[in-house]
Amino acid sequence: MDFNLTEERQMLQDSLRRYLTDRYDTNVRNEILDSETGMSDRIWAELAELGVIGALFTEEQGGFGGKGFDIAVVFEELGRAGVVEPLLDTAILGGGLLARLGDDDQRALVEEVIGGSLHLALAHGEPAARFDLSRVETTAKADGEAILLNGRKAVVVNAEAAGYLIVSARESGGAFDRDGISLFLVPADAQGVTLRGYPMMSGGRAAEVTLDNVSVSSSARLGASGKGYSALEDVIGAANVALAAETMGAMQSATELTRDYLMTRKQFGRPIGTFQALAHRFSDLLIELEQARSAVINAAGHLESSDRDRQIAAARNLISRVGRLVAEESIQMHGGIAMTQEYELAHIAKRIVMADHRFGDADYHLERFIELGAA
Amino acid sequence: MDLNYTDEEKAFRDEVRAFLDEKLPQEVRDKVRRGISLGKAGHDEWHRILNEKGWLAPNWPKEFGGAEWNAVQRHIFEEELAAAHAPRIVPFGLSMLGPVLQKFGSKEQQEYFLPRILSGEHWWCQGYSEPGAGSDLASLKTRAVREGDHYIVNGQKTWTTLGQYANWIFCLVRTDPDAKQQEGISFLLIDMDTPGIEVRPIILLDGEHEVNEVFFDDVKVPVENLVGEENKGWTYAKYLLTHERTNIAGVGFSQAGLDTVKRIARAESANGKPLIENPHFAARLAQVEIDLMAMATTNLRIVSGAAAGQAPGVESSMLKVKGTIIRQEINDLARRAVGPYAMPFASEAVEGDNDPIGPDYAGPVAAQYFNNRKLSIFGGSNEIQRGIIAKVKMGG
Ligand SMILES: Cc1cc2nc3c(=O)[nH]c(=O)nc-3n(C[C@H](O)[C@H](O)[C@H](O)COP(=O)(O)OP(=O)(O)OC[C@H]3O[C@@H](n4cnc5c(N)ncnc54)[C@H](O)[C@@H]3O)c2cc1C
Repeated sequence: MDFNLTEERQMLQDSLRRYLTDRYDTNVRNEILDSETGMSDRIWAELAELGVIGALFTEEQGGFGGKGFDIAVVFEELGRAGVVEPLLDTAILGGGLLARLGDDDQRALVEEVIGGSLHLALAHGEPAARFDLSRVETTAKADGEAILLNGRKAVVVNAEAAGYLIVSARESGGAFDRDGISLFLVPADAQGVTLRGYPMMSGGRAAEVTLDNVSVSSSARLGASGKGYSALEDVIGAANVALAAETMGAMQSATELTRDYLMTRKQFGRPIGTFQALAHRFSDLLIELEQARSAVINAAGHLESSDRDRQIAAARNLISRVGRLVAEESIQMHGGIAMTQEYELAHIAKRIVMADHRFGDADYHLERFIELGAA
Repeated sequence: MDLNYTDEEKAFRDEVRAFLDEKLPQEVRDKVRRGISLGKAGHDEWHRILNEKGWLAPNWPKEFGGAEWNAVQRHIFEEELAAAHAPRIVPFGLSMLGPVLQKFGSKEQQEYFLPRILSGEHWWCQGYSEPGAGSDLASLKTRAVREGDHYIVNGQKTWTTLGQYANWIFCLVRTDPDAKQQEGISFLLIDMDTPGIEVRPIILLDGEHEVNEVFFDDVKVPVENLVGEENKGWTYAKYLLTHERTNIAGVGFSQAGLDTVKRIARAESANGKPLIENPHFAARLAQVEIDLMAMATTNLRIVSGAAAGQAPGVESSMLKVKGTIIRQEINDLARRAVGPYAMPFASEAVEGDNDPIGPDYAGPVAAQYFNNRKLSIFGGSNEIQRGIIAKVKMGG
């Protein structure tokens, strides 16, 4: 057992933290939040240059990391700083699928992702699917040489910026079958693709995507026909580690902001942190934060193991519970100031709470954990 | 003890329902349901409709134009309003200032101000909090100095809810800086059109302009606008806070909120079944409903006790704490119930008159969840309420 980061990861963490501390303060981020694209191209380019995107891919994939702990290190830092740029979507989900399933041409795009010149989005979830990963009703039907895609995809994060959408569609089977789901690499400007874009509660943008007789050739398929599900599970597993780490990073910021505020804000002639009613609750947050850190370590350390899914379910359930506690208690112990959009904690709290709505909330992961434990 | 509504009370409920069916415009209900702000005109219109019926001020005595309902009637009214997705009645003039003027105001003040609260001519906001004086309200610094028949006011208020719509503000100001904190405070009524007042918006974490900062720079206020006696403002302020708190139990809101959660959970599916049948979700929902059933009775017990002449002292603190915990829990359930469709930021700019992005119930839930974190902060935070309960019950 060794709970230290490797030298490379430590360097990555240090340089990313330094960069974000210098360049991604509340004002910069609030400008990004208000911008039309909901992200900063400059920040994106600089993150790529720092190697942050490359760290999310293995050497065979063209990067220099890609393991659970690489993902955790990067996303913890992104979470601390409340970064809204779509690394999860472009790199972990989109890039992850290309790297796993792509042919030579498709894999060549991974290089562009790592270099920062290409954005991707995973168009998988559907309006009625909630968190059910295998529920795909979008269809892919042969039409002569071509394949026609029809359906609707819900809350597709980063769709507007993406050069390509990776679309899941059913080639066979019923609405919930794992078999029969294929993945297609669809240029975002393909005829029949319509986006209705909007900002999200915790920053960044997403879109409702309608696919109306979108015609692609069979070479657009990623991997084998009807066999996309297991790769989806892989990248969503990685995304869950990323989300857990990001949330844990954000929880750290929330507790640090709360500590500083408790020590400086005075009411009744004394710092409010000297009221035991608050001091004990602050301590509870720190206790739960350590739990969250361990849960992330468990999940990250098992990303390549057979116990992966159970560990991930455990981490996301725990972090959803204690994340909510940290977000709500931090706001409460600040008082009114934390309710204002400009204040750092407001954004951080939103990142923590809204993570619940991607790839499963506390209940979903609790059920997964029970199911997997029984299996 | 009799937990049944009397025939009279049932008839009253029917009357309220019939009134809402007829008079509450559908588009207003839709806006409230979708969490779209009504703007000043929308609120004014709803107040006008209620006032025409004589129902705008349920808690005011008849002599001042109120409905003078008892606790059970008010409870029924509140329940029906919330269930119909009626806009909330803006409390500052009606629930806060009104009772203070009725108890402590001069005859002239009562005659001038109370009708204008009802007619909507005056929109009031509450100028209590300051940047340095939140929970410790008595440390407020905004200064009023008597000069002839005016006070000259200097200082800053903050968190002023809907101050952007208001033309009047009631303020706590310091008139005697040398007295003990609570003893140097006065209660002033200030016309917002007076030169020297500046209102600046504060945008809350849900993106809404709900609160403001209000700056006072040599603002001249006629001495007639002092309520009661100089330096006795703290007494009036506390009286007002008790009224603010009874309403904050929000049982009607919670009941309507719970109905909304059920509606969402019937429409959403998880693993191919309605979410409402999911055992984990159903258990959470049941737990809150159980709490709320008891809370509704606690509320009635306490409020009706007060109507019979008992002051709802420390119990109002209990109502506030438990009431807000329940409301916040319901907001959390609603947020979870919608799954991924909680993520879109459904501002008016995005949705406007367009179709909602996801199911129509999904739009406001995340914003409401974040916005209602305020419930346990304002009106005396839940920590302050717990402090009061402990102090009173342990003989402090
Ligand atoms: C949305 C919103 C609307 C509002 N509208 C109005 C309005 O219209 N008019 C108006 O005048 N005010 C308004 N307020 C202000 C509100 O009343 C204050 O926010 C509240 O009094 C708390 O003050 P504070 O925010 O300065 O927090 P602080 O008083 O600084 O408190 C910070 C934290 O310390 C805790 N704390 C403080 N003292 C103690 C203690 N002795 N023991 C234990 N814990 C303690 C508090 O509970 C809180 O958790 C509004 C606030 C909000 C958020």
